[in-house]
Amino acid sequence: MKIANWSNYPIVDSQISSYTDSGKLPFSEAFITRGNGRCYGDSSLNNQIASMLSYNKALEFDIQNGVFTCQAGMTLDRVLEIIVPNGWFLPVTPGTKFISVGGAVASNVHGKNHHYDGCFNDHVVSLDLLTASGEIVTCSSEENVELFETTSGGMGLTGMILQVTFRLKKIESSFIDQRSIKAKNLDELVDLFRENENATYSVSWIDCLQTGKSKGRGLILLGEHARIDQLNTKQGKNPLKLHQASKVTFPLNAPPNSTNKITVKAFNTAYYGKQLSKEQHSIIHYDPFFYPLDAILKWNRIYGKKGFLQYQFVIPFGQSNEGMQRVLDKIREYGHASPLVVLKLFGKQDDFISFPMEGFTLALDFPIRRGLFEFLDALDKMILDLGGRHYLTKDARMAKETFFKGYPNAEEFVRRIKKYNPNYLFSSLQSERLGLTQKTQE
Amino acid sequence: MKSALILGASSDIANACSELLARQGYHLTLAARREGALRTLKSDLEIRFKVSVSTQVFDALDFDSHRSFYQGLSNSPDVVICAFGILGNQEQAEKDWEQCKEILDANFTGAVSILNIVANDMASKGSGTIIGISSVAGERGRMSNYVYGSAKAGFTTYLSGLRNRLHKKGVNVLTVKPGFVQTKMTENLPLPKPLTAQPEQVAKAILKAAKKGKSEIYILGIWRWIMLIIRNIPEFIFKKLSL
Repeated sequence: MKIANWSNYPIVDSQISSYTDSGKLPFSEAFITRGNGRCYGDSSLNNQIASMLSYNKALEFDIQNGVFTCQAGMTLDRVLEIIVPNGWFLPVTPGTKFISVGGAVASNVHGKNHHYDGCFNDHVVSLDLLTASGEIVTCSSEENVELFETTSGGMGLTGMILQVTFRLKKIESSFIDQRSIKAKNLDELVDLFRENENATYSVSWIDCLQTGKSKGRGLILLGEHARIDQLNTKQGKNPLKLHQASKVTFPLNAPPNSTNKITVKAFNTAYYGKQLSKEQHSIIHYDPFFYPLDAILKWNRIYGKKGFLQYQFVIPFGQSNEGMQRVLDKIREYGHASPLVVLKLFGKQDDFISFPMEGFTLALDFPIRRGLFEFLDALDKMILDLGGRHYLTKDARMAKETFFKGYPNAEEFVRRIKKYNPNYLFSSLQSERLGLTQKTQE
Repeated sequence: MKSALILGASSDIANACSELLARQGYHLTLAARREGALRTLKSDLEIRFKVSVSTQVFDALDFDSHRSFYQGLSNSPDVVICAFGILGNQEQAEKDWEQCKEILDANFTGAVSILNIVANDMASKGSGTIIGISSVAGERGRMSNYVYGSAKAGFTTYLSGLRNRLHKKGVNVLTVKPGFVQTKMTENLPLPKPLTAQPEQVAKAILKAAKKGKSEIYILGIWRWIMLIIRNIPEFIFKKLSL
């Protein structure tokens, strides 16, 4: 069956086997585990795929202490449905609620509170892994530590993540106390991030088509879980209200070149201009705060049939913001970036193989067209020269060297994959491309 | 509190029905072959819907155990959903009698064995609903799956007879012919989207039909027309087709 992940690139012909509760490895030759396919590129693609989507049951919920255990195929929207009415929230959430818990662990996802709460796996108590030998091994930061470390952000290359126990965050209401502040350029934006280091959630949108003094202008969004006494009467009636199912689906693939300089400029001007005052304050539900794009199902169709690439990198803080300015210049010159460019400041993170590190992270979409791959190769070099690296979960095309230069533990990662996955049973198109696993010769 | 018994509780359609019934406040008894699967289904429903769920190991092929299984239930159910069954492998079934017999027993004999017992209980109570998940495959034998199809045909006929008998006793029997459904069972089949239903959609339609006291439903209306055509192709043409 033909299958692709969220960016609709690449598309591969694949044999899919749903993992049920057999406790057995579904294939005897190279395969990769897949959740809801919301990584962008080829991290969870191969010619053989074990789908975890049917393995999605809730196993334990300690309502008093906020500890939750579920099978790895459960998606975060379903987790929220269970925990929010009981006054708990996800400790860390990415920008979509349609990812699986197993995927969250394999990518060690981050969210708008990275500077404050770290990554998803910083809240994982333990997990069960079906390993290459066919054994189920429990690992955590205390038990089978090396395996836990390597599985965390390890892209499913150490085994199949079967179930996960993680700690939740206590909330009084499911609403967010949001402040939105306009910044007229990158320097001001960064200052705002620094001034608001104590905000639980922070993220910004930037207009990457601006030049000169307005380069990097944007909006910074700050959020705190709202207290009951901050809600208005209507909100107060149901303070732990859940998200609603999305009712809008992007109807069809948009024609080629729908996102171009003109449409993006129009969008950016409207988005930036919409907020008249310097600062706006509002109490909004978690759904539009964390998951604005989830409101439109299949929004990836806006990039047309050819698909797109999402590009996310992090660069460490320099003496000034000059490095970031140069990257923005380069992107503006290329001109075909997406309307939604997300910039965030990461806090400290010292994991074995996970993506985040202290610095700026920028995420943006590029519709696939001629010249894009060459442009991104050049951009990769620039990011590496600035001491940065790229997010595997978004990647579909980076060169092996880019990964090895960007991740200081890359060599050791390869050694450990060899140790836990000696015959490269767990192997994705991405891991083969990056030389983390090798295609076995038949 | 009304109660429901789900036979073959680990199938995707059965699971979707369990969720809806739990949401509606039914007390559920889940029955399936594997104890581990039952434990997981139970914990999931209990955590998500804050209900208490009973489980009971049930083997459709172990006919002798059916009476004691039913008597062992903590309460006599108001609704019984018979959702077990296997697709099997047609080619193997043609060569291997054991395989063939398993398909017949899992889809027909086993269902008759347990539903006889359920029917007598509901008849004596004078109320209840029996829901049988049959198949469009039972409407005409086709070379690609006629063993499965004939077992489902038998099941459909059994249900219609049961309905005829129990109607006077205040018991409704609903026959469900789902057509294509996106489940574990069909994960590698390239199912045509307009003809394929989601398990949640199936569950919703089943419970709505049961509430209205309907006799027989397809899930997607288009299947009624497809099957009408398939049933009416003259045999001298039909036998030459590769279906």
